[in-house]
Amino acid sequence: MRTIQNLLEPLQAKLHSGCTDAAIPEYAFGSDLMSDVLTLEEEAPMLITGLANTQSIRTAEMADIEVVLIARGKEVTEAMIDLAKENDIILISSPFSLYKICGILFQNGLKPLY
Amino acid sequence: METLKLKYSLKDGDFSNAGNASSNIKKNLKMLGINAAVIKKMVVSIYEAEVNMIAHANGGVIEVFIDEEKIKAILADVGPGIPDIDQAMKKGYTTASEEVRQMGFGAGMGLPNIKKNSDDLKIESVVGEGTTLTITSYYKS
Repeated sequence: MRTIQNLLEPLQAKLHSGCTDAAIPEYAFGSDLMSDVLTLEEEAPMLITGLANTQSIRTAEMADIEVVLIARGKEVTEAMIDLAKENDIILISSPFSLYKICGILFQNGLKPLY
Repeated sequence: METLKLKYSLKDGDFSNAGNASSNIKKNLKMLGINAAVIKKMVVSIYEAEVNMIAHANGGVIEVFIDEEKIKAILADVGPGIPDIDQAMKKGYTTASEEVRQMGFGAGMGLPNIKKNSDDLKIESVVGEGTTLTITSYYKS
């Protein structure tokens, strides 16, 4: 089974919360608009976003999303990390752009929702 | 099962705590063993409405009633009211501030998404007095 650990190196990503032994979600969805994330009906994807504030974590909580990836090297705040830990959300960040991250995840087999 | 009641007060413009009430409601619904898909739809609706209350409507009060067949959430604010509810229900219509957009909201998708995720949505609004949303999910049906 491929795990979050397998994604950290290609994304040059840092883990802020959660366990890298968790399975990689089957799907991914990239958006800075949380209203868009809240309209998703399919299986909960990995969320890739440039929105680095607590609302991205709250949105993940409400939408049953288990992995949040913050793009573009945005600062991940203590409040975001605390909220992610409280809700068992894996929180990682990457210095790459949302576009590049999506490309890497697509190459690694994560599927789009639409 | 007796009706379980939950009540939360929201402060105007308290963006840092937006979602606290929805989070607590979700935890309570999970403890009651309600189906995860039902919970998701209900808390997405309540969260959208909670953000609206903090962003547009001077805060307000959220009350949730859970009995053996339904979850009913009443979200009442004392904000400016909605002059044209039909217009507000259209996807893309928004009056959101830059601060709301920075939170990842304000694209005019909230009310349509609440309607999509609820079995029944009632919107009562009086301009200058406030708006009350009643969102119901019949989870045993």
